[in-house]
Amino acid sequence: MSHSVELQQVGMSFGATRAVGDVSFTVQGGEFFSILGPSGCGKTTILRMIAGFLQPTEGRILIDGKDMHGLGPNQRPTSLIFQTLALFPLMPVWENIAFGLEARGVSKVERRKKADELLALTALEGYGDRMPGELSGGQRQRVAIARALAVEPQVLLLDEPLSALDLKLRQHMRAELRALQKRTGVTFIYITHDQSEALAMSDRIAVMSAGVLQQVGAPRDLYDNPATPFVASFVGETNAISGKITALEGGVASIETGLGVLRGRVGPGASVGSNAKLYVRPEALTMASSGENTINATVERIDFEGAFALAHGKLDDGAALVASIPSIDLGKAPAIGGRASFAFDTRQGVVLADG
Amino acid sequence: MAELYKRFGGGLSTILVALVGLWLIGMVLAPNIMMIDYALRPNLPPAQIGGPNDVYSLDNVLYLANEAVHRSIFFKTIWASALVAFVTFVLCYPLAFWLAQHATPGQTALALLALTIPFWINEVLRTLAWYILLAFRGPLNAVLLSIGIIDEPMRWYGNGGVLAGMVYAYILFMLFPIYNAIESLPKEQIEAGRDLGASTWRIHWRIVMPHAKAGIATGCVFTFMLAAGSYVAPALLGAPGSRWFTEIIYNWFFEGGDWNRGAAYALVLLVLCLFVVLVTLKLARVNLTDVAK
Repeated sequence: MSHSVELQQVGMSFGATRAVGDVSFTVQGGEFFSILGPSGCGKTTILRMIAGFLQPTEGRILIDGKDMHGLGPNQRPTSLIFQTLALFPLMPVWENIAFGLEARGVSKVERRKKADELLALTALEGYGDRMPGELSGGQRQRVAIARALAVEPQVLLLDEPLSALDLKLRQHMRAELRALQKRTGVTFIYITHDQSEALAMSDRIAVMSAGVLQQVGAPRDLYDNPATPFVASFVGETNAISGKITALEGGVASIETGLGVLRGRVGPGASVGSNAKLYVRPEALTMASSGENTINATVERIDFEGAFALAHGKLDDGAALVASIPSIDLGKAPAIGGRASFAFDTRQGVVLADG
Repeated sequence: MAELYKRFGGGLSTILVALVGLWLIGMVLAPNIMMIDYALRPNLPPAQIGGPNDVYSLDNVLYLANEAVHRSIFFKTIWASALVAFVTFVLCYPLAFWLAQHATPGQTALALLALTIPFWINEVLRTLAWYILLAFRGPLNAVLLSIGIIDEPMRWYGNGGVLAGMVYAYILFMLFPIYNAIESLPKEQIEAGRDLGASTWRIHWRIVMPHAKAGIATGCVFTFMLAAGSYVAPALLGAPGSRWFTEIIYNWFFEGGDWNRGAAYALVLLVLCLFVVLVTLKLARVNLTDVAK
């Protein structure tokens, strides 16, 4: 079992700027854990603290239960894959991969052998004597992974390594990374701003915003039960309808909105009388004029996506609305500029107090 | 050339080309051809110039080869110039690395200003400052005596003085190429090395120096050439035992009155410098265009 990583009330300030505050979570050994957030949310700072390039100004970081305080990146059982990959351009591929072993005083014969093994693991046989500049983006990616794995880290830290690749290759590399993680059993901590990437690859995800940890959970959990307005709107597409909570009973919140009283599940922090929003996913909306919660909108445009179409409209209170309509139902869809009614199940709505 | 004409038009381009040509011919080619001409002809009284004895030969060069003292001064100048380049490199590299990778913009500006200000003053005067500093009854000895490092004043003029003066005079020629080269190294390269467990020494040897190779070679070549051709520092800071080859050349011209032999000596120095430079660049796999940048 590879090592766990535990953050206890970790904070990082650069001078007067607080980049990260009071972050606590535990990554289990062998887990594929993602830290998701928009750029500038502090996710890279967290990764660099785990790697040892930054020492947290508050709190502790434990790897396998051991406090990492004061240890540099070369003294930790972690390996970092940089966003830019940071391959050494003047060394052939195999020397890149074996650099960590070279630093550990492994003999040249052993280094070459280990490099060849890793080249095989990453489907790069025969590329050992090429220079990094001669490889394609995906191949360079694999070299960076092989180089990081060569030192047999317990924890592999990945800083948006796929962001430079084109979409097809990125999707392919996602699957490859996931498979590699399962095969090696190494703990992966993966940084990304791409929510679909995080949802597709991770066992669990930590969502960050403005240096604050918003929520930690499995992808499905974050999507279905967002704990904060930020998570609700950042993870996946959603509609937010503003109002004031009028009643809470049996896990259901009633919220007085400009469109009438709507009902949804009670989210964390909701209390009677507070300003709140009801969040409902586009795919939870059905074209119906009656039901538990019915809202009316003017259809502005319909984007056909293949299996489904996204209807963009304007609610009567002026807010935007997106509804996903299965393509087989498109015949029943209203004309552009026409009125449409949408309904959603109370269990599909979540009411969260405005943060 | 076609590009030049397209950009500046016929008239201006022709003037530019003519000026460059004039400069190359008048300031570079002609003096060197004259030097070669002088070097290969014997030193004759004015009446015999152009006469039957005025023939080309290698006598002047061979004179140097057979003159043991001059020969040893020549080789000493070569290796001492290499030493100057090496010492300058050892001093500049850490500073260049710090400036390029760690210093804040403010610190960099301040350090570069501090390093550049002395160069607003003429080289002779700067060397004269060292002459005063290193004097037998000068400030350096006074300071060392007062803090008890030495018991009696030292004589600094000589090899040590020449080395100090030259390193000081040429430090910027080493610093800037290396600084420029290291500045273009992404920080992640060094961090990746550290993350993979490499020692500071290995990071420099395997990552920073290979990246900065062109800059290092350029700095060393500059410093070596300047040192080998230096006259002021050895003349002011030297001692009879630390004679520089340029002083011998000077003596042939202005004291020995034998311009031909002086030209031959200068030619040999030029050829050997060129050879050293080309070999260095070849070893560092840098071509002359990189140096010119």
